[in-house]
Amino acid sequence: MRMSDLRDLYQEVILDHSRNPRNFRKSETANRTAVGYNPLCGDKMTLFITVENGIITDASFQGSGCAISTASASMMTESLKGKTEEEADEMFQQFQNMVTAPMDQEPETEALGKLRVFAGVREFPARVKCASLAWHTLEAAIHEDTEEPVSTE
Amino acid sequence: MFDVEIVRNDFPLLKRMVHGKPLVYLDNAATSQKPLSVIEAIERYYTEENANIHRGVHWLSERATEAYENARARIARYINAASPQEVVFTRGTTESINLVAFSWGWKNLREGDEILISAMEHHSNIVPWQMICARTGAKLRVIPVSDSGELLLDEYRNLLNRKTRIVAVTHVSNVLGTVNPVSQMIQWAHENGSLFLLDGAQSIPHMDVNVRDLDCDFFAFSGHKLFGPTGIGVLYGKFALLDEMDPYQGGGDMIRSVTFEKTIYNSVPHKFEAGTPHISGGIGLGEAIDYLEKLNRHAAEIHETNLLHYGESLLRGIPGVRIIGNAKEKAGAISFLMDGVHPHDVGTILDQEGVAIRTGHHCCQPLMERFGIPATARASLAFYNSREDLDTLAEALGKVRNIFH
Repeated sequence: MRMSDLRDLYQEVILDHSRNPRNFRKSETANRTAVGYNPLCGDKMTLFITVENGIITDASFQGSGCAISTASASMMTESLKGKTEEEADEMFQQFQNMVTAPMDQEPETEALGKLRVFAGVREFPARVKCASLAWHTLEAAIHEDTEEPVSTE
Repeated sequence: MFDVEIVRNDFPLLKRMVHGKPLVYLDNAATSQKPLSVIEAIERYYTEENANIHRGVHWLSERATEAYENARARIARYINAASPQEVVFTRGTTESINLVAFSWGWKNLREGDEILISAMEHHSNIVPWQMICARTGAKLRVIPVSDSGELLLDEYRNLLNRKTRIVAVTHVSNVLGTVNPVSQMIQWAHENGSLFLLDGAQSIPHMDVNVRDLDCDFFAFSGHKLFGPTGIGVLYGKFALLDEMDPYQGGGDMIRSVTFEKTIYNSVPHKFEAGTPHISGGIGLGEAIDYLEKLNRHAAEIHETNLLHYGESLLRGIPGVRIIGNAKEKAGAISFLMDGVHPHDVGTILDQEGVAIRTGHHCCQPLMERFGIPATARASLAFYNSREDLDTLAEALGKVRNIFH
Protein backbone atom coordinates (compact mmCIF):
# COMPACT_ATOMS: atom_id res chain seq x y z
CA MET A 1 0.00 0.00 0.00
CA ARG A 2 1.57 3.25 -1.13
CA MET A 3 -0.02 5.39 1.56
CA SER A 4 2.59 4.02 3.97
CA ASP A 5 5.33 5.53 1.80
CA LEU A 6 3.58 8.89 1.98
CA ARG A 7 3.59 8.52 5.75
CA ASP A 8 7.38 8.02 5.54
CA LEU A 9 7.57 11.40 3.88
CA TYR A 10 4.94 13.27 5.84
CA GLN A 11 5.77 12.04 9.34
CA GLU A 12 3.95 13.67 12.23
CA VAL A 13 7.04 15.53 13.40
CA ILE A 14 7.55 16.95 9.89
CA LEU A 15 3.93 18.05 9.65
CA ASP A 16 4.19 19.63 13.10
CA HIS A 17 7.27 21.65 12.16
CA SER A 18 5.69 22.72 8.86
CA ARG A 19 2.56 23.96 10.64
CA ASN A 20 4.47 25.63 13.48
CA PRO A 21 7.98 26.33 12.29
CA ARG A 22 10.47 26.98 15.11
CA ASN A 23 12.91 29.88 14.98
CA PHE A 24 10.77 31.50 12.31
CA ARG A 25 12.00 35.04 12.82
CA LYS A 26 14.47 37.62 11.70
CA SER A 27 17.60 37.84 13.82
CA GLU A 28 19.16 41.13 14.93
CA THR A 29 22.38 39.48 16.06
CA ALA A 30 23.06 37.37 12.96
CA ASN A 31 26.51 37.81 11.45
CA ARG A 32 25.88 35.36 8.61
CA THR A 33 22.84 35.43 6.33
CA ALA A 34 22.03 33.84 3.01
CA VAL A 35 19.02 33.60 0.72
CA GLY A 36 18.04 30.21 -0.70
CA TYR A 37 15.77 29.79 -3.67
CA ASN A 38 14.23 26.81 -5.41
CA PRO A 39 13.14 28.11 -8.82
CA LEU A 40 11.23 24.91 -9.55
CA CYS A 41 8.59 25.51 -6.91
CA GLY A 42 9.21 29.11 -5.88
CA ASP A 43 10.39 28.23 -2.37
CA LYS A 44 12.41 31.05 -0.93
CA MET A 45 14.03 31.45 2.46
CA THR A 46 16.40 33.75 4.29
CA LEU A 47 18.61 32.13 6.87
CA PHE A 48 20.12 34.01 9.82
CA ILE A 49 23.10 32.54 11.66
CA THR A 50 24.99 33.95 14.62
CA VAL A 51 28.50 32.56 15.00
CA GLU A 52 30.55 33.41 18.10
CA ASN A 53 34.06 32.00 18.51
CA GLY A 54 33.39 29.39 15.88
CA ILE A 55 30.19 28.22 17.57
CA ILE A 56 26.68 28.70 16.19
CA THR A 57 24.78 30.41 18.99
CA ASP A 58 21.61 31.24 17.09
CA ALA A 59 19.91 30.16 13.87
CA SER A 60 16.59 31.33 12.47
CA PHE A 61 14.82 31.67 9.14
CA GLN A 62 12.01 33.37 7.27
CA GLY A 63 10.35 32.64 3.96
CA SER A 64 7.73 30.53 2.28
CA GLY A 65 7.87 26.98 1.09
CA CYS A 66 6.27 23.58 1.04
CA ALA A 67 5.86 21.38 4.11
CA ILE A 68 9.14 19.57 3.50
CA SER A 69 11.30 22.66 3.00
CA THR A 70 9.71 24.52 5.92
CA ALA A 71 10.05 21.57 8.30
CA SER A 72 13.62 20.98 7.16
CA ALA A 73 14.58 24.59 7.84
CA SER A 74 12.79 24.57 11.19
CA MET A 75 14.45 21.39 12.43
CA MET A 76 17.81 22.41 11.04
CA THR A 77 17.82 25.70 12.96
CA GLU A 78 16.93 23.80 16.16
CA SER A 79 19.72 21.31 15.75
CA LEU A 80 22.42 23.82 14.81
CA LYS A 81 22.56 25.70 18.10
CA GLY A 82 25.74 24.93 20.01
CA LYS A 83 27.43 23.27 17.06
CA THR A 84 30.77 24.36 15.64
CA GLU A 85 30.98 25.32 11.98
CA GLU A 86 32.86 22.06 11.30
CA GLU A 87 30.10 20.06 12.96
CA ALA A 88 27.53 21.93 10.86
CA ASP A 89 29.49 21.05 7.72
CA GLU A 90 29.52 17.40 8.76
CA MET A 91 25.76 17.49 9.35
CA PHE A 92 25.25 19.03 5.91
CA GLN A 93 27.28 16.21 4.33
CA GLN A 94 25.41 13.49 6.20
CA PHE A 95 22.03 15.06 5.47
CA GLN A 96 22.84 15.35 1.79
CA ASN A 97 23.98 11.70 1.70
CA MET A 98 20.91 10.54 3.58
CA VAL A 99 18.44 12.10 1.13
CA THR A 100 20.31 11.19 -2.05
CA ALA A 101 21.91 7.78 -1.34
CA PRO A 102 20.76 4.85 -3.52
CA MET A 103 18.02 2.81 -1.85
CA ASP A 104 20.29 -0.21 -1.32
CA GLN A 105 22.79 1.75 0.77
CA GLU A 106 22.71 2.68 4.43
CA PRO A 107 24.33 6.10 4.67
CA GLU A 108 26.07 7.36 7.81
CA THR A 109 23.61 9.50 9.83
CA GLU A 110 25.19 9.57 13.28
CA ALA A 111 25.49 13.36 13.41
CA LEU A 112 21.87 13.92 12.41
CA GLY A 113 19.88 12.85 15.47
CA LYS A 114 16.18 13.55 15.00
CA LEU A 115 16.86 14.94 11.51
CA ARG A 116 16.81 11.28 10.44
CA VAL A 117 13.03 11.68 9.94
CA PHE A 118 13.90 13.14 6.53
CA ALA A 119 15.30 9.79 5.36
CA GLY A 120 11.92 9.09 3.71
CA VAL A 121 12.55 11.88 1.21
CA ARG A 122 14.92 9.51 -0.58
CA GLU A 123 11.91 7.69 -2.06
CA PHE A 124 10.65 10.94 -3.62
CA PRO A 125 13.40 12.22 -5.93
CA ALA A 126 11.31 15.25 -6.94
CA ARG A 127 11.31 16.39 -3.32
CA VAL A 128 15.00 16.04 -2.40
CA LYS A 129 15.64 19.67 -3.25
CA CYS A 130 12.85 20.76 -0.91
CA ALA A 131 14.53 18.99 1.99
CA SER A 132 18.02 20.20 1.17
CA LEU A 133 17.29 23.86 0.38
CA ALA A 134 17.85 24.98 3.99
CA TRP A 135 21.11 23.05 4.15
CA HIS A 136 22.48 24.51 0.92
CA THR A 137 21.57 27.94 2.24
CA LEU A 138 23.40 27.16 5.49
CA GLU A 139 26.54 26.17 3.59
CA ALA A 140 26.43 29.48 1.75
CA ALA A 141 25.86 31.40 5.00
CA ILE A 142 28.69 29.87 6.99
CA HIS A 143 31.12 30.03 4.12
CA GLU A 144 29.95 33.60 3.39
CA ASP A 145 29.35 32.80 -0.24
CA THR A 146 26.24 34.94 -0.29
CA GLU A 147 26.44 37.46 -3.10
CA GLU A 148 23.87 35.60 -5.20
CA PRO A 149 20.85 33.76 -3.80
CA VAL A 150 21.65 30.06 -3.44
CA SER A 151 19.70 28.08 -5.97
CA THR A 152 18.87 24.39 -5.90
CA GLU A 153 19.06 24.35 -9.70
CA MET B 1 -21.30 11.59 -31.29
CA PHE B 2 -18.31 11.70 -28.95
CA ASP B 3 -17.54 8.69 -26.80
CA VAL B 4 -14.62 9.38 -24.51
CA GLU B 5 -14.08 5.66 -23.77
CA ILE B 6 -13.56 4.95 -27.48
CA VAL B 7 -11.28 7.98 -27.87
CA ARG B 8 -9.16 6.91 -24.87
CA ASN B 9 -8.40 3.62 -26.63
CA ASP B 10 -6.48 5.58 -29.25
CA PHE B 11 -3.93 6.73 -26.64
CA PRO B 12 -1.79 3.81 -25.46
CA LEU B 13 -0.18 5.70 -22.59
CA LEU B 14 -3.52 6.33 -20.89
CA LYS B 15 -3.66 2.60 -20.07
CA ARG B 16 -0.58 2.83 -17.85
CA MET B 17 -0.51 2.15 -14.14
CA VAL B 18 1.39 4.58 -11.89
CA HIS B 19 2.29 3.59 -8.29
CA GLY B 20 -0.09 0.66 -8.74
CA LYS B 21 -3.02 2.91 -9.70
CA PRO B 22 -4.50 3.64 -13.13
CA LEU B 23 -2.94 6.83 -14.50
CA VAL B 24 -5.11 9.93 -14.36
CA TYR B 25 -3.34 12.33 -16.68
CA LEU B 26 -4.26 15.93 -15.94
CA ASP B 27 -1.08 17.67 -17.09
CA ASN B 28 -2.09 18.29 -20.68
CA ALA B 29 -1.10 21.95 -20.66
CA ALA B 30 2.49 20.77 -20.12
CA THR B 31 2.30 18.15 -22.85
CA SER B 32 -0.40 15.96 -24.34
CA GLN B 33 -0.38 12.21 -24.91
CA LYS B 34 -0.10 10.89 -28.46
CA PRO B 35 -2.57 8.75 -30.39
CA LEU B 36 -1.28 5.44 -31.75
CA SER B 37 -1.59 6.77 -35.32
CA VAL B 38 1.05 9.45 -34.55
CA ILE B 39 3.39 6.95 -32.92
CA GLU B 40 2.98 4.62 -35.91
CA ALA B 41 3.54 7.40 -38.44
CA ILE B 42 6.89 8.21 -36.81
CA GLU B 43 7.85 4.55 -36.77
CA ARG B 44 6.75 4.15 -40.41
CA TYR B 45 8.84 7.15 -41.43
CA TYR B 46 11.99 5.68 -39.87
CA THR B 47 11.30 2.15 -41.13
CA GLU B 48 10.22 3.01 -44.66
CA GLU B 49 10.93 6.59 -45.69
CA ASN B 50 13.92 8.01 -43.78
CA ALA B 51 16.11 10.24 -45.96
CA ASN B 52 17.12 13.87 -46.00
CA ILE B 53 14.72 16.22 -47.69
CA HIS B 54 14.83 18.95 -50.34
CA ARG B 55 18.13 17.88 -51.84
CA GLY B 56 18.33 14.25 -52.80
CA VAL B 57 17.46 13.18 -56.33
CA HIS B 58 16.90 9.65 -55.15
CA TRP B 59 13.53 8.04 -54.65
CA LEU B 60 13.73 7.89 -50.87
CA SER B 61 14.54 11.57 -50.51
CA GLU B 62 11.58 12.40 -52.70
CA ARG B 63 9.31 10.29 -50.48
CA ALA B 64 10.60 12.03 -47.33
CA THR B 65 10.26 15.49 -48.89
CA GLU B 66 6.74 14.71 -49.99
CA ALA B 67 5.72 13.46 -46.54
CA TYR B 68 7.22 16.51 -44.82
CA GLU B 69 5.71 19.05 -47.22
CA ASN B 70 2.40 17.21 -47.09
CA ALA B 71 2.39 17.71 -43.34
CA ARG B 72 2.99 21.42 -43.85
CA ALA B 73 0.05 21.60 -46.23
CA ARG B 74 -2.23 19.74 -43.79
CA ILE B 75 -1.27 22.13 -41.01
CA ALA B 76 -1.90 25.13 -43.27
CA ARG B 77 -5.34 23.78 -44.11
CA TYR B 78 -6.11 23.03 -40.45
CA ILE B 79 -5.47 26.60 -39.31
CA ASN B 80 -6.83 28.05 -42.58
CA ALA B 81 -3.58 29.74 -43.65
CA ALA B 82 -3.69 31.24 -47.14
CA SER B 83 -0.99 28.82 -48.31
CA PRO B 84 1.50 26.26 -46.95
CA GLN B 85 4.20 28.90 -47.42
CA GLU B 86 2.77 30.68 -44.40
CA VAL B 87 3.62 27.70 -42.17
CA VAL B 88 7.19 27.78 -40.84
CA PHE B 89 8.34 24.71 -38.95
CA THR B 90 10.12 25.50 -35.68
CA ARG B 91 11.05 23.58 -32.52
CA GLY B 92 7.95 24.85 -30.77
CA THR B 93 6.09 27.93 -29.56
CA THR B 94 9.20 29.27 -27.84
CA GLU B 95 11.27 29.19 -31.01
CA SER B 96 8.38 30.62 -33.04
CA ILE B 97 8.20 33.66 -30.77
CA ASN B 98 11.98 34.04 -30.71
CA LEU B 99 11.99 33.93 -34.49
CA VAL B 100 9.57 36.86 -34.72
CA ALA B 101 11.27 38.80 -31.92
CA PHE B 102 14.71 38.50 -33.49
CA SER B 103 13.95 38.47 -37.20
CA TRP B 104 11.07 40.95 -37.39
CA GLY B 105 12.11 42.85 -34.24
CA TRP B 106 15.75 43.35 -35.16
CA LYS B 107 14.79 44.80 -38.51
CA ASN B 108 11.84 46.93 -37.43
CA LEU B 109 12.27 48.06 -33.83
CA ARG B 110 13.91 51.37 -32.98
CA GLU B 111 14.67 53.16 -29.75
CA GLY B 112 11.44 54.36 -28.13
CA ASP B 113 9.21 51.84 -29.94
CA GLU B 114 6.91 49.82 -27.73
CA ILE B 115 6.07 46.13 -27.53
CA LEU B 116 2.87 45.33 -25.72
CA ILE B 117 2.47 42.02 -23.89
CA SER B 118 0.16 41.03 -21.02
CA ALA B 119 0.53 40.18 -17.35
CA MET B 120 -0.52 36.57 -18.00
CA GLU B 121 2.23 35.69 -20.48
CA HIS B 122 4.39 32.60 -20.26
CA HIS B 123 8.11 33.37 -19.88
CA SER B 124 8.49 32.41 -23.55
CA ASN B 125 6.38 35.41 -24.53
CA ILE B 126 8.24 37.75 -22.18
CA VAL B 127 11.95 36.97 -22.32
CA PRO B 128 12.50 37.06 -26.12
CA TRP B 129 10.92 40.54 -26.15
CA GLN B 130 13.10 41.68 -23.25
CA MET B 131 16.14 40.44 -25.16
CA ILE B 132 15.24 42.33 -28.33
CA CYS B 133 14.36 45.43 -26.24
CA ALA B 134 17.87 45.34 -24.76
CA ARG B 135 19.36 45.27 -28.27
CA THR B 136 17.12 47.87 -29.92
CA GLY B 137 16.13 50.27 -27.13
CA ALA B 138 12.45 49.39 -27.55
CA LYS B 139 10.27 49.30 -24.41
CA LEU B 140 8.13 46.51 -23.05
CA ARG B 141 4.67 47.52 -21.79
CA VAL B 142 2.26 45.21 -20.00
CA ILE B 143 -1.55 44.92 -20.16
CA PRO B 144 -2.74 44.32 -16.58
CA VAL B 145 -5.04 41.51 -15.49
CA SER B 146 -8.08 41.66 -13.17
CA ASP B 147 -8.51 39.67 -9.94
CA SER B 148 -10.74 37.23 -11.80
CA GLY B 149 -7.97 36.66 -14.35
CA GLU B 150 -9.20 38.70 -17.31
CA LEU B 151 -7.21 41.26 -19.27
CA LEU B 152 -8.25 44.85 -18.57
CA LEU B 153 -9.38 45.89 -22.03
CA ASP B 154 -9.75 49.58 -21.24
CA GLU B 155 -6.15 49.57 -20.07
CA TYR B 156 -5.21 47.75 -23.26
CA ARG B 157 -6.80 50.47 -25.39
CA ASN B 158 -5.01 53.14 -23.37
CA LEU B 159 -1.67 51.40 -23.76
CA LEU B 160 -2.01 51.18 -27.54
CA ASN B 161 -0.37 54.27 -28.99
CA ARG B 162 1.54 55.33 -32.07
CA LYS B 163 4.76 53.85 -30.65
CA THR B 164 3.21 50.37 -30.26
CA ARG B 165 4.78 48.30 -33.02
CA ILE B 166 3.59 44.85 -32.00
CA VAL B 167 1.21 43.28 -29.50
CA ALA B 168 2.13 39.77 -28.33
CA VAL B 169 -0.52 38.09 -26.21
CA THR B 170 -1.54 34.58 -25.32
CA HIS B 171 -4.81 33.23 -26.73
CA VAL B 172 -5.43 31.08 -23.63
CA SER B 173 -3.61 31.41 -20.30
CA ASN B 174 -1.68 28.29 -19.29
CA VAL B 175 -2.27 29.10 -15.62
CA LEU B 176 -5.68 30.76 -15.40
CA GLY B 177 -7.34 29.07 -18.37
CA THR B 178 -8.64 32.48 -19.46
CA VAL B 179 -9.65 32.68 -23.12
CA ASN B 180 -8.76 36.21 -24.16
CA PRO B 181 -11.07 38.17 -26.50
CA VAL B 182 -8.42 38.18 -29.17
CA SER B 183 -10.56 38.99 -32.22
CA GLN B 184 -11.45 42.33 -30.69
CA MET B 185 -7.90 42.88 -29.44
CA ILE B 186 -6.43 42.16 -32.88
CA GLN B 187 -8.87 44.56 -34.51
CA TRP B 188 -7.91 47.35 -32.11
CA ALA B 189 -4.20 46.67 -32.66
CA HIS B 190 -4.65 46.88 -36.42
CA GLU B 191 -6.68 50.10 -36.14
CA ASN B 192 -3.69 51.43 -34.24
CA GLY B 193 -1.28 50.28 -36.95
CA SER B 194 0.31 47.60 -34.72
CA LEU B 195 1.03 43.99 -35.61
CA PHE B 196 -0.39 41.16 -33.47
CA LEU B 197 1.36 37.93 -32.48
CA LEU B 198 -0.96 35.38 -30.93
CA ASP B 199 0.58 32.71 -28.68
CA GLY B 200 -1.62 29.72 -29.45
CA ALA B 201 0.22 27.05 -27.45
CA GLN B 202 -2.74 26.62 -25.08
CA SER B 203 -5.61 27.42 -27.43
CA ILE B 204 -5.22 25.18 -30.46
CA PRO B 205 -5.43 21.94 -28.40
CA HIS B 206 -8.88 23.01 -27.19
CA MET B 207 -10.57 24.90 -30.02
CA ASP B 208 -10.64 25.39 -33.76
CA VAL B 209 -8.27 28.14 -34.81
CA ASN B 210 -8.83 30.03 -38.03
CA VAL B 211 -5.92 32.40 -38.49
CA ARG B 212 -7.54 34.30 -41.34
CA ASP B 213 -10.78 34.86 -39.40
CA LEU B 214 -8.76 36.02 -36.39
CA ASP B 215 -6.62 38.13 -38.71
CA CYS B 216 -3.56 37.74 -36.44
CA ASP B 217 -0.25 38.53 -38.11
CA PHE B 218 1.60 35.69 -36.40
CA PHE B 219 0.34 32.57 -34.65
CA ALA B 220 2.70 30.33 -32.67
CA PHE B 221 2.04 26.82 -31.37
CA SER B 222 3.76 23.59 -30.32
CA GLY B 223 3.23 20.15 -31.80
CA HIS B 224 3.60 18.27 -28.53
CA LYS B 225 0.68 20.04 -26.89
CA LEU B 226 -1.43 19.22 -29.96
CA PHE B 227 -1.05 15.42 -29.64
CA GLY B 228 2.04 15.41 -31.87
CA PRO B 229 5.74 14.86 -31.10
CA THR B 230 8.04 17.12 -29.07
CA GLY B 231 10.63 19.25 -30.83
CA ILE B 232 8.31 20.44 -33.60
CA GLY B 233 6.17 23.55 -33.69
CA VAL B 234 4.78 26.10 -36.06
CA LEU B 235 5.03 29.77 -36.73
CA TYR B 236 2.21 30.96 -38.94
CA GLY B 237 2.84 34.38 -40.43
CA LYS B 238 1.14 36.41 -43.12
CA PHE B 239 3.11 35.89 -46.32
CA ALA B 240 3.91 39.56 -46.92
CA LEU B 241 5.40 39.88 -43.45
CA LEU B 242 7.43 36.66 -43.63
CA ASP B 243 8.62 37.62 -47.09
CA GLU B 244 10.16 40.89 -45.94
CA MET B 245 11.72 39.41 -42.80
CA ASP B 246 15.37 38.35 -42.73
CA PRO B 247 16.37 34.76 -41.95
CA TYR B 248 16.66 33.85 -38.31
CA GLN B 249 19.54 31.39 -38.63
CA GLY B 250 21.95 30.70 -41.45
CA GLY B 251 22.91 27.34 -42.91
CA GLY B 252 21.88 24.72 -45.39
CA ASP B 253 18.41 24.56 -46.89
CA MET B 254 17.71 28.26 -46.23
CA ILE B 255 19.74 29.44 -49.23
CA ARG B 256 19.22 29.67 -52.97
CA SER B 257 22.89 30.19 -53.78
CA VAL B 258 26.05 30.77 -51.78
CA THR B 259 29.34 32.32 -52.83
CA PHE B 260 31.89 33.87 -50.53
CA GLU B 261 30.83 37.27 -51.81
CA LYS B 262 27.07 36.95 -51.66
CA THR B 263 24.40 34.55 -50.50
CA ILE B 264 20.87 34.62 -51.86
CA TYR B 265 18.28 33.35 -49.45
CA ASN B 266 15.68 30.75 -50.20
CA SER B 267 12.01 31.72 -50.35
CA VAL B 268 9.45 31.65 -47.53
CA PRO B 269 9.14 29.44 -45.50
CA HIS B 270 12.45 27.69 -46.25
CA LYS B 271 14.59 30.74 -45.53
CA PHE B 272 13.57 30.32 -41.86
CA GLU B 273 14.42 26.63 -41.75
CA ALA B 274 18.20 26.35 -41.71
CA GLY B 275 19.69 22.89 -41.40
CA THR B 276 18.08 19.48 -41.57
CA PRO B 277 14.73 19.89 -39.86
CA HIS B 278 12.84 17.58 -37.52
CA ILE B 279 11.40 15.58 -40.40
CA SER B 280 9.75 12.86 -38.36
CA GLY B 281 8.37 15.56 -36.07
CA GLY B 282 6.71 17.39 -38.93
CA ILE B 283 5.26 14.13 -40.23
CA GLY B 284 4.05 13.20 -36.73
CA LEU B 285 2.39 16.59 -36.31
CA GLY B 286 0.70 16.23 -39.70
CA GLU B 287 -0.62 12.86 -38.53
CA ALA B 288 -1.88 14.40 -35.26
CA ILE B 289 -3.82 16.93 -37.30
CA ASP B 290 -5.26 14.10 -39.39
CA TYR B 291 -6.38 12.47 -36.17
CA LEU B 292 -8.04 15.70 -35.00
CA GLU B 293 -9.78 16.19 -38.33
CA LYS B 294 -11.31 12.72 -38.06
CA LEU B 295 -12.53 13.45 -34.56
CA ASN B 296 -15.82 15.23 -34.11
CA ARG B 297 -14.10 18.41 -32.99
CA HIS B 298 -17.29 20.22 -32.16
CA ALA B 299 -18.48 17.43 -29.87
CA ALA B 300 -14.99 17.12 -28.36
CA GLU B 301 -14.99 20.82 -27.52
CA ILE B 302 -18.39 20.55 -25.82
CA HIS B 303 -17.16 17.51 -23.88
CA GLU B 304 -14.12 19.47 -22.70
CA THR B 305 -16.14 22.51 -21.69
CA ASN B 306 -18.48 20.29 -19.70
CA LEU B 307 -15.48 18.63 -18.07
CA LEU B 308 -14.01 21.98 -17.10
CA HIS B 309 -17.25 23.04 -15.46
CA TYR B 310 -17.60 19.68 -13.75
CA GLY B 311 -14.03 19.85 -12.44
CA GLU B 312 -14.48 23.38 -11.16
CA SER B 313 -17.70 22.50 -9.34
CA LEU B 314 -16.03 19.45 -7.75
CA LEU B 315 -13.10 21.54 -6.55
CA ARG B 316 -15.37 24.28 -5.22
CA GLY B 317 -17.12 21.64 -3.16
CA ILE B 318 -13.91 20.75 -1.29
CA PRO B 319 -13.48 22.90 1.83
CA GLY B 320 -10.39 25.09 1.70
CA VAL B 321 -9.89 24.81 -2.06
CA ARG B 322 -9.73 28.08 -3.97
CA ILE B 323 -9.65 28.34 -7.77
CA ILE B 324 -7.20 30.87 -9.20
CA GLY B 325 -8.60 32.28 -12.43
CA ASN B 326 -12.35 32.79 -12.68
CA ALA B 327 -12.70 34.36 -16.10
CA LYS B 328 -16.04 34.05 -17.87
CA GLU B 329 -14.42 32.30 -20.82
CA LYS B 330 -12.05 29.49 -19.86
CA ALA B 331 -10.43 26.52 -21.55
CA GLY B 332 -8.07 23.76 -20.53
CA ALA B 333 -6.62 24.65 -17.15
CA ILE B 334 -7.91 24.76 -13.58
CA SER B 335 -5.40 26.29 -11.18
CA PHE B 336 -6.13 25.97 -7.49
CA LEU B 337 -4.76 26.35 -4.00
CA MET B 338 -5.57 24.32 -0.93
CA ASP B 339 -5.63 26.12 2.39
CA GLY B 340 -2.56 25.39 4.48
CA VAL B 341 -1.03 22.96 1.99
CA HIS B 342 1.69 24.01 -0.43
CA PRO B 343 0.95 23.04 -4.07
CA HIS B 344 4.14 20.97 -4.15
CA ASP B 345 2.85 18.79 -1.31
CA VAL B 346 -0.50 18.49 -3.08
CA GLY B 347 1.32 17.32 -6.22
CA THR B 348 3.33 14.64 -4.41
CA ILE B 349 0.29 13.18 -2.66
CA LEU B 350 -1.83 13.18 -5.84
CA ASP B 351 1.01 11.45 -7.67
CA GLN B 352 0.84 8.58 -5.20
CA GLU B 353 -2.80 8.19 -6.26
CA GLY B 354 -1.79 8.02 -9.93
CA VAL B 355 -3.00 11.57 -10.57
CA ALA B 356 -0.54 13.65 -12.61
CA ILE B 357 -0.92 17.41 -12.24
CA ARG B 358 1.55 20.27 -12.45
CA THR B 359 2.58 22.39 -9.50
CA GLY B 360 4.75 25.47 -9.41
CA HIS B 361 4.80 28.83 -11.14
CA HIS B 362 4.13 27.34 -14.60
CA CYS B 363 6.78 29.60 -16.18
CA CYS B 364 4.64 32.62 -15.25
CA GLN B 365 6.49 34.20 -12.35
CA PRO B 366 5.15 37.74 -13.02
CA LEU B 367 1.58 36.38 -12.97
CA MET B 368 2.23 34.58 -9.66
CA GLU B 369 3.49 37.87 -8.27
CA ARG B 370 0.35 39.64 -9.55
CA PHE B 371 -1.78 37.23 -7.52
CA GLY B 372 0.62 37.29 -4.56
CA ILE B 373 1.19 33.53 -4.57
CA PRO B 374 4.39 31.52 -5.03
CA ALA B 375 2.79 28.68 -6.94
CA THR B 376 -0.45 26.90 -7.83
CA ALA B 377 -1.54 23.35 -8.42
CA ARG B 378 -2.95 22.98 -11.91
CA ALA B 379 -5.13 20.29 -13.42
CA SER B 380 -5.27 20.66 -17.20
CA LEU B 381 -7.55 18.81 -19.57
CA ALA B 382 -7.65 17.21 -22.98
CA PHE B 383 -10.64 15.75 -24.82
CA TYR B 384 -9.59 12.24 -23.72
CA ASN B 385 -10.14 13.06 -20.05
CA SER B 386 -13.29 11.75 -18.42
CA ARG B 387 -15.49 12.73 -15.50
CA GLU B 388 -14.01 9.73 -13.68
CA ASP B 389 -10.56 11.37 -13.98
CA LEU B 390 -11.90 14.41 -12.16
CA ASP B 391 -13.69 12.28 -9.57
CA THR B 392 -10.33 10.61 -8.82
CA LEU B 393 -8.70 14.03 -8.55
CA ALA B 394 -11.31 15.15 -6.03
CA GLU B 395 -10.96 11.93 -4.00
CA ALA B 396 -7.19 12.31 -3.97
CA LEU B 397 -7.54 15.88 -2.74
CA GLY B 398 -9.53 14.43 0.14
CA LYS B 399 -6.47 12.32 1.00
CA VAL B 400 -4.30 15.43 0.96
CA ARG B 401 -6.67 16.92 3.51
CA ASN B 402 -6.46 13.76 5.66
CA ILE B 403 -2.69 13.88 5.77
CA PHE B 404 -2.45 17.56 6.54
CA HIS B 405 -5.30 17.96 9.04
